[in-house]
Amino acid sequence: MNIGRDASASPSAVVVLPDDRLGALHRAYAAVGARRRLKLLAGLAVLAVAVAVSSRLAEIEPATMWDKFGGFTSYFDRLATLDSGARVWTDPVEWFWGLEKWSILLGQTLLMGYVGTLWGAAFAFVLCFAASRTTCHNGWIRFAALRFLEFCRTVPVLVFALVFVVAFGLGPLPGVLALAIHTAGALGKLFTEIVENADARPAEGVRASGGNLVESIRFGVLPQVLSSFASYALLRFEINVREATVMGFVGAGGIGEELLIAIRRFYYSDVSAILVLIILTVFVLDIATERLRGRLFPGESK
Amino acid sequence: MRGLDLTADELAGLAQRHPALMNPPLRNRLAGPAVTIAILGLFVFGLWSLDISPVRLAGGAVALARFTELMVPPDPLGHTLLFLDALAETLAISLLGTLIAAVLAFPVGLVAARNVVRNPVIHILTRRILDIIRSVDVLVWALVWIGVVGLGPFAGVLAIACSDFGAFGKLFSETVETTGERARDGVRAAGGGRLDEIRFGLLPQVLPVIAGQVLYYFESNVRSATIIGIVGAGGIGLHLYEAIRTLEWREVSFLVLMILVAVAAMDWISSRLRAAMRAG
Repeated sequence: MNIGRDASASPSAVVVLPDDRLGALHRAYAAVGARRRLKLLAGLAVLAVAVAVSSRLAEIEPATMWDKFGGFTSYFDRLATLDSGARVWTDPVEWFWGLEKWSILLGQTLLMGYVGTLWGAAFAFVLCFAASRTTCHNGWIRFAALRFLEFCRTVPVLVFALVFVVAFGLGPLPGVLALAIHTAGALGKLFTEIVENADARPAEGVRASGGNLVESIRFGVLPQVLSSFASYALLRFEINVREATVMGFVGAGGIGEELLIAIRRFYYSDVSAILVLIILTVFVLDIATERLRGRLFPGESK
Repeated sequence: MRGLDLTADELAGLAQRHPALMNPPLRNRLAGPAVTIAILGLFVFGLWSLDISPVRLAGGAVALARFTELMVPPDPLGHTLLFLDALAETLAISLLGTLIAAVLAFPVGLVAARNVVRNPVIHILTRRILDIIRSVDVLVWALVWIGVVGLGPFAGVLAIACSDFGAFGKLFSETVETTGERARDGVRAAGGGRLDEIRFGLLPQVLPVIAGQVLYYFESNVRSATIIGIVGAGGIGLHLYEAIRTLEWREVSFLVLMILVAVAAMDWISSRLRAAMRAG
């Protein structure tokens, strides 16, 4: 290392430190770098051990990975082939032979997502005021509300759906209920945070001029938070429609059951047709909700 | 609350000074109620067309209450070891799936970022492909992979990897797009090539953020991994499905508790790790 000497030899505007001070700085820099590298290596080692253990648990043999990958491409090849052996896009009428039936089921799926979202959002709306520090001063109520919301969003939707199918019978009802409960948990947490972050002064103003708790929420808090609530509910609607597409796997309504049957019975072109319809629906919904959310906050749109 | 007791003159004056507030156009006044009616109308139509009636709700609620009663106390019915093994498998599936997705999605995320690849056609094309992958639910991916590699946890790993690949690709590219240009300008000014620019100008900015996102997804994948067992892609979901189908409610509650504890533990670990990473 002779940075200092070389630099001092050439005329330069840069102030060159004497060797001893430069050396000290250099050593300190190297020490910091070495410590960071050691930390990184330790982290990577832990990760490598975890991956090795996981691979054993998940029964993965890297050697067979490549054969399986060939299976994946041939699966897609079959998805794109009609029973007659022709490619699906050469005969769209044959490919989408069940369009009418599938459209009705897709409509049902969309409705399930909608009803589940609105129902859950209504629950979340009530619970968020019980769960947030600024509107509820009773610690026990707040604790109970928060834990309840946590339970609702931690148990997977499909587990709720499975239990509800046994309790309420087959059909869209258990699916909608499962979506509603999960939505209440997920939106409840977000709503609570929004309410807690809202400006407290309008609510205090309403209280000071004689309003009660409900009035202070209605006139002091709601006007601030309502558009954020709507925005998150729209986002959730999109997620819920996606979830509703698989509810049918456990008998809880929507297009999922048709898809499950097609996959299980190897009706390849039906599988691809239904998948295309689902993807298109989610796609359109994605764009539509984004538009709507943009209109909720006209100032912030890109 | 009592009113402000304005005289008629004062009121008229106010109305004149603030016409938009005191006398809004009819269209604006109708918009709120119209939207509310439309939203509620669609809701009621949905309830009707999905055959959701108070009678069915009440009947189901009674059954649900009985099941809940049968759920206490939670009891593995002698299957503790089997369930623990399945839980470990679930964690393994989500770890491997998340990692594979992250490794594969990283280069794609770079390609999909507007400030790395400036070709708009490539940008839009990769984004759309990622959107398509994302719009297929993880359970559908699980079924597809079961068709390819057969039943078992391997299919689960690939399913999680696929569905996360779409999400990561989008997240990573958005993260890359938020980075500042100056570090990369500096590398270029010092004579660095295109790859140097990415390695020294871009990666140090995005890696900590990306690591946080991967951890967050690992945590939420523990939840997804519990359900892919329902269709036969490994993990604890299969046992849960069996327990519910055979109406072993004490086993069901035990399994749900196990899942909740595992998710909470992963939550805790990953939030600690994220905090440590933020600290450096």
